[in-house]
Amino acid sequence: MLKTPPSPLEAAPAPANGRDPQLHQLADLADWRAALTAADQPNQPAITVCGGTGCRVYGSERVCQALQRELAARGDGRPVRVTGCHGFCERGPLVVLHPQRLMYTRVKPEDAAEIAAATVDGGRVLDRLLYTEPQSGARLPYETEVPFYKHQHRLVLDLNGTLDPLSLADYVAAGGYAALAKALALTPAAVIAEVKASGLRGRGGAGFPTGQKWDLCRRQPGDVKYVICNADEGDPGAYMDRSIMEGNPHRVLEGMLIGAYAIGARRGFVYIRNEYPLAVKHLRAAIAQAEARGLLGENILGSGFDFRVSVRLGSGAFVCGEETALMASIEGRVGEPRPRPPYPAEAGLWGKPTNINNVKSWAAVPLILANGADWYAQLGTPTSKGTLIFSVVGKINNTGLVEVPLGISLRRLIFDIGGGIPGGKAFKAAQIGGPSGGCIPAEHLDTSIDYESLTALGAIVGSGGLVVADEDTCMVDFARYFMQFTQEESCGKCVPCRVGTQAMLATLERICAGHGQPGDVDYLLELGEMIKRSSLCGLGQTAPNPVLSTLRYFRAEYDAHILHKRCPAKVCKGLITYAIQPERCSGCQVCLRNCPAGAIHGAKQQIHTIDPAVCTRCGLCQSVCKFDAVTVN
Amino acid sequence: MSVNAPPRPKPETEHPSGDPRFKLIDRTLKRLQHRQDSLIEVLHTAQEAFGYLDDDVLIYAAQQLKLPLSWVYGVATFYHFFSLKPGGEHTCIVCLGTACYVKKSGEILAALEKEFGIKPGQTTADKKLSLAQARCVGSCGLAPVVVIDGGVHGREMANETVARVRAALAHVAAPAAGEPAA
Repeated sequence: MLKTPPSPLEAAPAPANGRDPQLHQLADLADWRAALTAADQPNQPAITVCGGTGCRVYGSERVCQALQRELAARGDGRPVRVTGCHGFCERGPLVVLHPQRLMYTRVKPEDAAEIAAATVDGGRVLDRLLYTEPQSGARLPYETEVPFYKHQHRLVLDLNGTLDPLSLADYVAAGGYAALAKALALTPAAVIAEVKASGLRGRGGAGFPTGQKWDLCRRQPGDVKYVICNADEGDPGAYMDRSIMEGNPHRVLEGMLIGAYAIGARRGFVYIRNEYPLAVKHLRAAIAQAEARGLLGENILGSGFDFRVSVRLGSGAFVCGEETALMASIEGRVGEPRPRPPYPAEAGLWGKPTNINNVKSWAAVPLILANGADWYAQLGTPTSKGTLIFSVVGKINNTGLVEVPLGISLRRLIFDIGGGIPGGKAFKAAQIGGPSGGCIPAEHLDTSIDYESLTALGAIVGSGGLVVADEDTCMVDFARYFMQFTQEESCGKCVPCRVGTQAMLATLERICAGHGQPGDVDYLLELGEMIKRSSLCGLGQTAPNPVLSTLRYFRAEYDAHILHKRCPAKVCKGLITYAIQPERCSGCQVCLRNCPAGAIHGAKQQIHTIDPAVCTRCGLCQSVCKFDAVTVN
Repeated sequence: MSVNAPPRPKPETEHPSGDPRFKLIDRTLKRLQHRQDSLIEVLHTAQEAFGYLDDDVLIYAAQQLKLPLSWVYGVATFYHFFSLKPGGEHTCIVCLGTACYVKKSGEILAALEKEFGIKPGQTTADKKLSLAQARCVGSCGLAPVVVIDGGVHGREMANETVARVRAALAHVAAPAAGEPAA
């Protein structure tokens, strides 16, 4: 049974956007919030459906419509809304019934009638839709009990699961823009002091203290300054920036407003990936709403502070995540980085002092202002404060977005929250920080996740991408993958990166193809150090990291490829052969029909064979065989 | 994006070809006041309207923004998003982001290459299908991911994807997103 049975018919429709008031001064905002929250009763029932990209693919919008139809047919007035990403992408589409936070997973539109009849009307929990703990088989009804959420500390992502991202009223009712109001009542220097005291460090990669960066920019002479939100989330395997912008775009805007006020900027840009259409849509909608209500524009809330934000679309260049390249792209030029100094704080966009922060950094700012620097600084380690958002993906049970305090151990992140490795396989390594980061092997699982510890291990916090590799992942191939990425994305401006990444990639490809030579490892080490030292921008300076860190921890795998011509994980095509085990083969011909190369022979009911000379090692036969008869050697 | 711009009473200037899609570019140019730094926005509009950036379009953008054609060409070729060649009737994008890669999206791509005889970035001779690879579509929870004609499909297997693409090419209803093919 539910903890609190839903109380019947508490219809309190939120005021339509068209009737949202104009906000001319600080008091108007407080009055509006009071009016919005007065109508709300505590523990008002509501249903939220996750509208993150993952859940949308699995039909969450249709689930929401079906639920709305069912409730409308019953005359039940509780709101059913699509929210931003709840983070637990693995089990989507997610439906959460408030106030109990009863969570149904993998919900289909057909389930709506039963949810309405059993849970909404009858207060019964539908066991079949609950999250089942893989180890114990226990069914956990409430979101707060599910290990994936239980061990998290969701600050930046907290409202993602409850707000309608397209509703300014929702955000204001949840306390939105209160931090802006608080900041506008302070002097810019006091705002910066607060951010400095919180210990917030840039969440985009380098981890530079945010308050100090703002201060540098504020101290620059000149009237024209800019703030930029770096939303060019290029790290393959990371999608938290997308999730924040899709689920809570106003929080990013609020952070930028506070930053602009502190620095003295009147103009801001959000540079966002074109590959994220929903994030672009929500952000543009949020800007339009804020402009319509007077939260963006001139004389914001009567403070005399003017600020406008424009969206600039990225065009598919990884290097544009680098700040100087990003600014070149906003200026309409080829996105190539330039030497620093001068730093953007001195001469950035159009030569004016500019402050660039990542989406996650901006989104943390309102929390710090609203709750105080001390509150934020309670979390984390002495040098790394607050929370970090990771996208935990790859060979892991609970794929999703996870927000944890800095200082948590990798083990907790991967096993307690991530639920461990699927199929009972062994954990091999976690790549943190994407193509710029490094891998952390099993022996360092208990390391604290903070800026200093990860750097010491050869990885970086980076943008928060965390890709888990299991025993089936070949670390040489993994390194080759990242090197191929950076080589293709190298803009070509400086020689070490342009030529060096090519040379490293060619060597890795040779090793994976089975043509490695003794001495290749030393060559990779030498090249890697050279590229790190001499490249122009962060892309080149970090490009060798995946290779250097896999060499550091998985040297034996490189040696197996080079000296013994063997791929221990059985991944590298040049070093493996597929074969059919006669005792298991049923002669069903499924593999034969699926083989794109025509390498499999054998009549029906006869044991099949694979011709290694024709076989392209695509692995399709292994994935289609129902009898596990295909093996790799 | 609709191909036909809504009819307008009297266009001040018209592209000599009379192609109405140039009016979409004009609208963006006007909105951004013909500022030279709006080049990328203009190219975005052009790519959406035309599907790719034809020589005519690049020349037009260069003239309107008073930029050298070499500059416009440089920008158009630097960014992956812009394409100077027309795409096929259908597109299939295979995500090769890290999450998808460790879940073997490379094998999906290889199966598609084999099946349709084209490499990523190419279009079949009959102009029916373009194959592309993506760096990361930000749907890592669904890995491996393919995007067929704008529809995202997650947790794919190579043979499923081939079946989906065949279905798309044959204009029959492809299995809905999230449901296994065949």
